[in-house]
Amino acid sequence: MARFEEPEQLLEAANKAYSAGYRKMDAYSPMPIEGLAEAIGFKRHFVSLVVLLGGLTGCVGGFTLLWWIAVIAYPHNVGGRPFVSWPMFIPITFECTILLAALSSAIGMLAMNKLPQPYHPVFNLQSFAERASIDRFFLCIEAEDPKFDREKTKAFLEELDPEEVAEVEK
Amino acid sequence: MKTEELEKRAIDPGPDKIIGPGYDFATVTDKIGGVVFQPIEKTPRQWWVTLLLAFIGLQGLLAGGFWLLYKGVGVWGIVIPVAWGFAIVNFVWWIGIGHAGTLISAILLLLRQDWRTSINRFSEAMTLFAVAQAGMFPILHMGRPWLGYWLVPYPNSMWLWPQPRSPLVWDVFAVTTYLTVSLIFWFIGLIPDLASMRDRAKKKWQAVTFGLLAMGWRGSARHWSRYQMAYLLLGGLATPLVVSVHTVVSFDFAISLLPGWHTTIFPPYFVAGAIYSGFAMVVTLAIPTRKWWHLEDLITMRHLDCMAKLMLGTGLIVAYGYMMEAFMSWYSGNPHEMFMYMNRATGPYAFFFWMLILCNILIPQSLWLKSVRQSIPKLFFVSIVVNIGMWLERFIIVITSLHRDFLPSSWGMYYPTQWDWAVLAGTLGFFLFLMTLFVRTLPSISIFEVREVLHHLAPHAVDDDMSPSPARGD
Repeated sequence: MARFEEPEQLLEAANKAYSAGYRKMDAYSPMPIEGLAEAIGFKRHFVSLVVLLGGLTGCVGGFTLLWWIAVIAYPHNVGGRPFVSWPMFIPITFECTILLAALSSAIGMLAMNKLPQPYHPVFNLQSFAERASIDRFFLCIEAEDPKFDREKTKAFLEELDPEEVAEVEK
Repeated sequence: MKTEELEKRAIDPGPDKIIGPGYDFATVTDKIGGVVFQPIEKTPRQWWVTLLLAFIGLQGLLAGGFWLLYKGVGVWGIVIPVAWGFAIVNFVWWIGIGHAGTLISAILLLLRQDWRTSINRFSEAMTLFAVAQAGMFPILHMGRPWLGYWLVPYPNSMWLWPQPRSPLVWDVFAVTTYLTVSLIFWFIGLIPDLASMRDRAKKKWQAVTFGLLAMGWRGSARHWSRYQMAYLLLGGLATPLVVSVHTVVSFDFAISLLPGWHTTIFPPYFVAGAIYSGFAMVVTLAIPTRKWWHLEDLITMRHLDCMAKLMLGTGLIVAYGYMMEAFMSWYSGNPHEMFMYMNRATGPYAFFFWMLILCNILIPQSLWLKSVRQSIPKLFFVSIVVNIGMWLERFIIVITSLHRDFLPSSWGMYYPTQWDWAVLAGTLGFFLFLMTLFVRTLPSISIFEVREVLHHLAPHAVDDDMSPSPARGD
């Protein structure tokens, strides 16, 4: 794991590590950095898909609930108007759509990030635990990477002009 | 610059900057986090006074709520024909106040307005607490609040279901969705900052508490990527939601057949009014907070200026709404509509109507002047006036349309009782109580978003703005 002072350095280091053939790595920063996820080879996430599915479920489910109440469970004849007075169902259908889409975006994002996670080895590194969420930028090449070699990887990281290169204990 | 210096320092960088000079990623964390980690004995005295006043106000809610539950809604001033008294006035007022929070956090996020960053957390909290106050009123107003769960469609042994064509049932869905989505939006925004607080905490219990809340956030690039998408989508969902909520609230009135309520202008004019009152409340709350914790270099005159301009803009939409109401009641040729409007302007509640025009239309016009927008006392005064004006607006809408029924034999008057006032004061106290606790216990400015702003500013600002210059020290 290498520690950098500036976000640009981390971005550059991530790009270099990817071109050097490393794949199993992660970059850590105290705020989002544009292009960093792409630099470590993270192509796509499914957050938008999950939100779309959640929204559709809310929409269809909400409308079906209202239809079922108004037509089957508790039909009310109001001056001979039709039971399926669908324009009157739109506000609640809309609210259900938003509610489920919002819930699925929050829960989906946390679940795909595997949070809450009570333990993660990166926090074993003192300087990470103290500064990764404040003002330092970290690149971690994981030992599971096929190209990983204790000495070579360390030498590679040191070439990138970091403040510090340290090993993370499992 | 040293953290201790930054904590005391409070230079406002002026109306064109969103952040003061001399900050880097670490000092901005310490400055914002410093409010939370401040030792108890160093808390500003004004904070304790506000907390005490809020706590006293809160007793009004407890006493008023208890008496209401014990005796029934008769302790309020509601008598037929005015069955919707303070409860509905306060409900609409509080929920409207919440809207500015969502507007700042969601709509300005989508519009990429950089000035939203240091006030969004704060106003989202305001939304949450205001909606919580609003939600209490319809439930207290039901007469038998312990049966409030009947509003929710659930299979029950009575085989009864709520009426899906009723705007009052729409309200249940709109308000609960709004509260839930506001809470999610606020909490998701807090997670990275909670991680910063966890890593900065000096005491064990603080580290454990923030650690549990941060859920192991470690700032991985993959996480950020999903996080940003989720946050953006939440913003995109909250934007139509905020418009829909006050639209549904206005449907409570507009779907009825009462003169003064049954108009199509209600939804847009209610939404504009909601944002208007909400911005007034953000300004009212932000001015003391920035002063007490010396945050003038994070919540700058530029923020206040932008909010003042938005108040002016939405205030003009509201003024247009009033004009259209007057015009339509004349143009409709309907005697009941015409009578309703004349009764508003010259009837028994005319004093409040003209106060409303003064508070909501005339006084806020002073915001055209830069000297008013740039003066803290004047801006504070205007924001209080708008808060009062928007409350009066809801009072006029609810009461004047109800108290003159179609038949003169069913005319009446509405006088609020002490219990009406106790509950209103109580919710004000409760709201203020939650707000004061919030600014002291959680980072009230989004730290990671301010870091992003710093990062974007850095390349071209290093020479003049970002380097600490002794000439501009304290």
